[in-house]
Amino acid sequence: MKRIITLTVMNRSGVLNRITGLFTKRHYNIESISVGHTETEGISRITFVVNVQEENQVEQITKQLNKQIDVIKVMDITNQSIVARELALIKVMSSAATRMEIYGLIEPFRASIIDVSKESLVVQVTGEPNKIEALIDLLRPYGIKEIARTGLTAFTRGTQKSQQQEKNFSIV
Amino acid sequence: MNAKVQLDDTKTKCTTMSGAEMLIEALKRENVEMIFGYPGGAVLPIYNKLYDSGVFHVLTRHEQGAIHAAEGYARISGKPGVVIATSGPGATNLITGLADAMIDSLPLVVFTGQVASTVIGSDAFQEADVLGISMPVTKHNYQVRDVNDLPRIIKEAFHIATTGRKGPVLIDIPKDVSNSEGIFEYNQTVSLPGYQPTTEPNYLQIRKLVEAVSRAKKPVILAGAGVLHANAANQLLEYVDQQQIPVTNTLLGLGGFPADHSLFLGMAGMHGTYAANMAIYECDLLISIGARFDDRVTGNLAHFAPNATVAHIDIDPAEIGKNVETQIPVVGDAKIVLEMLIKQEGKRSENKEWIEHLNQYKQKYPLWYEASGDVIKPQALIEEIYKHSNGEAIVTTDVGQHQMWAAQYYKFNTPHRWVTSGGLGTMGFGLPSAIGAQLADKEATVVALLGDGGFQMTFQELAVIKELNLPIKVIVMNNNSLGMVRQWQELFYDKRYSHSVFSMQPDFIKLAEAFGISGVRVVDAKDLEDVMKKSFTNREPELIEVVVKQEENVYPMVAPGKGINEMVGYKK
Repeated sequence: MKRIITLTVMNRSGVLNRITGLFTKRHYNIESISVGHTETEGISRITFVVNVQEENQVEQITKQLNKQIDVIKVMDITNQSIVARELALIKVMSSAATRMEIYGLIEPFRASIIDVSKESLVVQVTGEPNKIEALIDLLRPYGIKEIARTGLTAFTRGTQKSQQQEKNFSIV
Repeated sequence: MNAKVQLDDTKTKCTTMSGAEMLIEALKRENVEMIFGYPGGAVLPIYNKLYDSGVFHVLTRHEQGAIHAAEGYARISGKPGVVIATSGPGATNLITGLADAMIDSLPLVVFTGQVASTVIGSDAFQEADVLGISMPVTKHNYQVRDVNDLPRIIKEAFHIATTGRKGPVLIDIPKDVSNSEGIFEYNQTVSLPGYQPTTEPNYLQIRKLVEAVSRAKKPVILAGAGVLHANAANQLLEYVDQQQIPVTNTLLGLGGFPADHSLFLGMAGMHGTYAANMAIYECDLLISIGARFDDRVTGNLAHFAPNATVAHIDIDPAEIGKNVETQIPVVGDAKIVLEMLIKQEGKRSENKEWIEHLNQYKQKYPLWYEASGDVIKPQALIEEIYKHSNGEAIVTTDVGQHQMWAAQYYKFNTPHRWVTSGGLGTMGFGLPSAIGAQLADKEATVVALLGDGGFQMTFQELAVIKELNLPIKVIVMNNNSLGMVRQWQELFYDKRYSHSVFSMQPDFIKLAEAFGISGVRVVDAKDLEDVMKKSFTNREPELIEVVVKQEENVYPMVAPGKGINEMVGYKK
């Protein structure tokens, strides 16, 4: 199963190395990772998507990450009410003949064309990963030259639905 | 800390000094008694300041020796061991020791030199990415970029190494940082928002545990090294005397509970006693205190405490539920937890029958070996050492057969006497760690009990023993082979002794003499007692080579993949 884990970390050199090293050492698989600054200077936010076999594996990941000195907070937000987004750039083969067709295709996805050349277009799309997958599938018949994806970044929503309680692994 | 330090603080506030001077000054502030190290190019500025600093420095003959000595020192003194090595090979030689200290939770603060900041990343002479290499084997590590950060980093390093679950912290210092001048400000407090270890347990979990104990008919305590790290041996004894719960130790927990206590079952695990393993197998409540359910303790997890409620007391929350499902998790310092438990009101467990049952196991299936005429049995050797050291010696070992026999037959009644490489299983650990142990407790009798294989990995440290005239008894148990490897090849690989038997051995006595240490070789069983008696009555360093039976195996044994209820060799 896929789990979304967010971390707030001290923005110190090597911090990403510490975390990915920990994943390697403990044999956890990273599906995607995205990193960026937060509203506080010196603090960064990392969003991971990991693929685990069992529930207790997520618990171990969370606890091991928590042990890192530079990690301030770890949350498994999978079961919470969240907003999750990913950005993808897709370079599609396109001649003048198919260009309009592609325009029509991407429109419902609220994707946009950000580069056009004689033989290809670059499509930019944001959304949840399955939306991006769907668009990629639709574009595949035209011939996809390249894909670049940022990996998922996620937030908990301002208001949590009452029945969805916060997943809490801390036993302290 | 104390007022005096505070006073010094204000005095030296805003003092300008070089990075090297800062390091020395910080070590003094941390009350570091001694450091173990080896100089080299990138640490020349530090060694230059060390020269007339008055700080006691032990020059080992290899960096690995330095870090193992620091581990031995930390294990006995409870204080952090401090190590200095140079960049590149000096630092990489420390890696085994860092991994060893990491897995056995020993507090170390390790300083490595690094090439100058200007050439980092250019594959300079003696450059290695020590920060990267040491990351997975340290609790935390730093590379100093600005000399003004150095005092804060050292303060943090000592704090991280010695609190929570202890461990090694490495500080990598580029040569130019050691040379450059900065402002020395040594604060007494650290600010680490991501590091707040829990020492006080949750009261509700304590109550849950008390209730579980009162309900239990067959409780057992598994006490690990956490009891020793927390200095909680007295509290454990008090709690056990109050509650009358049988106790078993992990390998590293030995000494945390007196071996001669009537409720002590012996060591648990792969080479543990029958009584200890069966107690865990049959119990209805397992209380683990400061043990991490290592595979050498649990055996096949499906057969580990299958009918028990598991209570796990540990300072490291990540250990709880890692290997064994836990119903009562208690995160906290073993001493604080035990003190709380002692004060709780609750019915005592009605377990007289259970204790009687386990006593029968103890009497029926004690540790055993067959004495043999002239050939010395390794178990008999340990019993001789025990006898002539009055059971009070500090014993250090490498890994393997000799380590297991020492754990089985040297009955530790007091804490902090047992120095062994448990988690990592490092050959060559015993001799250098004995040096650190002896320096931590100068009055103690120290026995470095080594195999002939492990001894040959770090015997160069005999030079330090001679140099400092440490009265360490180096006992080399010589079976002319890598005993544990040979045993497994015998049992599981059809007696195909692939490269586990030495066809050439040095003359260990001449070797000792080359270092100016007197040596004696014992071959005949009837000479053993005299040699031991003589050796333990003097305070001189000595090497005693004891030739023991080669084919002897360590029993009882839980074969790999088997459950702890499936022991072999527990009866004659």
